[in-house]
Amino acid sequence: MIAYLARRIVQSLLILLGVSVITFALLYLLPADPVRQIAGRSATPATVENIRRQLGLDQPFVIQYWRYLLHLLQGDLGRSYIQRSQVTELIVARLPATLLLMVGSIVCELLLGLTMGLVAAVRRGSATDQTLMVASFVGVSAPQFVVGLLLLYVFAVRLSWFPIGGYGTFSHLVLPSLTMGILGAGWYARMMRSSMIDVLRQDYVRTARAKGLARGAILFRHALPNAVLPIVAMIGIDIGILMGGIVVVESVFGWPGIGQLAWQAIQRVDIPIIMGVTLVSAFAIVLGNLLADIVAPFIDPRIKLR
Amino acid sequence: MKRFLASTVAASALALMLGLGSVAFADETLDPNAKPGGDIIITYKDDVATLDPAIGYDWQNWSMIKSLFDGLMDYKPGTTELTPDLAESYEISPDGKTFTFKIRHGVKFHNGREMTAEDVKYSIDRVVNPKTQSPGQGFFASIEGYEEAAAGKADGLSGITVVDPYTIKFQLTRPDATFLHVMAINFSHVVPKEEVEKWGADFGKHPVGTGAYKLAEWTLGQRVVFEKNPDYWHKGLPYLDKITFEIGQEPIVALLRLQKGEIDVPGDGIPPAKFQEVMNDPAQKARVVEGGQLQTGYITMNVTMKPFDDVRVRQAVNMAINKDRIVQLINNRAIPANQPLPPSMPGYDKDYKGYPYDPAKAKELLAEAGHPDGFSTELYAMNTDPNPRIAQAIQQDLAAVGIKASIQAQAQANVIAAGGDKNGAPMIWSGGMAWIADFPDPSNFYGPILGCAGAVPGGWNWSWYCNKDLDAEAAKADSIVDPAKAAERNKMWSDIYIKIMKDAPWVPVFNEQRFTLKSARMGGADNLYVDPVHIPINYDHVYVKDVQ
Repeated sequence: MIAYLARRIVQSLLILLGVSVITFALLYLLPADPVRQIAGRSATPATVENIRRQLGLDQPFVIQYWRYLLHLLQGDLGRSYIQRSQVTELIVARLPATLLLMVGSIVCELLLGLTMGLVAAVRRGSATDQTLMVASFVGVSAPQFVVGLLLLYVFAVRLSWFPIGGYGTFSHLVLPSLTMGILGAGWYARMMRSSMIDVLRQDYVRTARAKGLARGAILFRHALPNAVLPIVAMIGIDIGILMGGIVVVESVFGWPGIGQLAWQAIQRVDIPIIMGVTLVSAFAIVLGNLLADIVAPFIDPRIKLR
Repeated sequence: MKRFLASTVAASALALMLGLGSVAFADETLDPNAKPGGDIIITYKDDVATLDPAIGYDWQNWSMIKSLFDGLMDYKPGTTELTPDLAESYEISPDGKTFTFKIRHGVKFHNGREMTAEDVKYSIDRVVNPKTQSPGQGFFASIEGYEEAAAGKADGLSGITVVDPYTIKFQLTRPDATFLHVMAINFSHVVPKEEVEKWGADFGKHPVGTGAYKLAEWTLGQRVVFEKNPDYWHKGLPYLDKITFEIGQEPIVALLRLQKGEIDVPGDGIPPAKFQEVMNDPAQKARVVEGGQLQTGYITMNVTMKPFDDVRVRQAVNMAINKDRIVQLINNRAIPANQPLPPSMPGYDKDYKGYPYDPAKAKELLAEAGHPDGFSTELYAMNTDPNPRIAQAIQQDLAAVGIKASIQAQAQANVIAAGGDKNGAPMIWSGGMAWIADFPDPSNFYGPILGCAGAVPGGWNWSWYCNKDLDAEAAKADSIVDPAKAAERNKMWSDIYIKIMKDAPWVPVFNEQRFTLKSARMGGADNLYVDPVHIPINYDHVYVKDVQ
């Protein structure tokens, strides 16, 4: 176990290093010149060159990357080109909101998806099953911007059940989590359904039924825990998929998370922030996958860590 | 004569002020209908980048900074007319190279300390200091000692002298007619040295100035709260107790919230998709204020690239574009333009007709220039709506005269980079990146975008137009410093722009109008909501009508 853990941690660090190099290189190759953004449109060529020198952006790629890495190892993500503030300060201010939204989204998608999958599997072949599967398909395909705005318009503006975007209370969390959750729910519903159908076909389920156990007991005590196993592994990967939706959903609902920060930074070519958010996201994804892999054998003793 | 005039004006102004008392003088800028008090909520989509006047240069923080800080000069609210602000009076030497300002007594920073001439010098030295990396450094180039200070070789501008705590003198290397505008721009606003040194690069998040409001709260990514400055030197202002800027709000969500009465003004304006709907509703339309901006949208043609090096081709393009149709494409949120300057800019020529929309004549000109069957070219545009649609309309207009333009719709930064490359882009539609004036003076539309100084790699003169004769005329016009000769100077600038139109490096297409939608409780003159300088709202002068 310790050996496995050590190996995985080293792998994760290498992955993060790789992400940092690739992202840095991509940003370096952009035709847009960040110095011009900072210097503004009224700057003379002399001012532009001076700023370029001060920020070290006249150095070759390797030197620039090396300096970035050195600072990174000391926990310094640099200063935003546009805002001039510490990137760590900007990210730390917004990270709790994103984490909260991720948790809310995972809860939503699991509740929705697992329920839908369970019901569809139990009523396999029926109209309910087909409706739920179509619904899951819609959930996966619908653009989150549209879904978010729709939910906002119906439930917040027209019905006033929830505040119109914003952050702070539980009722602020509901609609954005739902929007994010609907996408994941679609996937989980389908996975849960197939997994459940598989499990329900197993011999031990037939045995339990023959023993005369109540349907509820069979479902929830014997079938469900086994069906959920592959799902648990997915949650780790899911964090990655959620990261993508975060940008859009945070924009729609005015949710002060790192997705909004990333979006603005991309538009203004604010490289330090883009690097910072990418690294933080990569870290979260890598960590999520690592935890999922470690937890798996505890849930399913059949899985052995190699 | 000039000195006599200037000092007479100064003397009589002083006499008036002293005569009427230091506090209760008849202030034409105070609104008799305004009652002090009340809070308002403004929404914005993007984070407030910084509130440091030396750094902040986007249209969102521009007027926020103006409310936290003051400069020697300002503009009368809602207008483009200069007026002394922190300066009580000023004197311009007859040769136009020396500006002496008398500073008001008793102006306090938000931290309680009194502002003096030392602070003014410190603030401007700071902007010119290369370590600050200020985008406004170049505005002070006419002050003596600029070259050394900007290169980091001197510790400040030798041309700025603190005569006494309430008198400051600026010595220029050449007569500069725009200098008073430069004293009104954000980069000249006064900052307290001790606070800047305390916060360093983070001063932008902890601003301390002399303005009508002070910063009460900044929750990163969520809201910025301004509170009334009770010690503001201009008694009676501001009217509001508090302004809350809520960040991260999509324009369409902001509009929904306004319709529900949750906010007062959506800072990013009416989203284009909802514009017709809002304007078709009489109740909402009544709360929309429409005003001009110091902005022009234009097509640049790279005069160094064939076939745009032939003036006949450029003139033909001017006659091929159907500007009315393009304005319709954006729901009439602009007015067609026929010259580089916008109508609200001094120097705008009301009588100039420009090039007519005449595709037949355009084809003739093209044939004359040796392109009877047209030619192929590329049109660059920014990829956010409505610019791709406008680019398509331009493409169609060009096709009608035989010019086959392929559209390159890219991210803003990429188009800007292409424009700044001599071999980058033959034609660029400037929408989304279009020039807005830094200050309401005709020279601001020349230097960086049409003058030789801007035709450099990374510059903003995307047509790479460089006419040395016009540069000389521009310099001459800018040396007419005497305010009494302003009309003559404006006429010189009008002539310069008419000459530019003859050379036709650009096709001026339209001037965007600004539409500000406000809640019913907001009060104050309409022009405060479409203030050409304090964009979009002059926070110092607006009030709410429901104060108890």
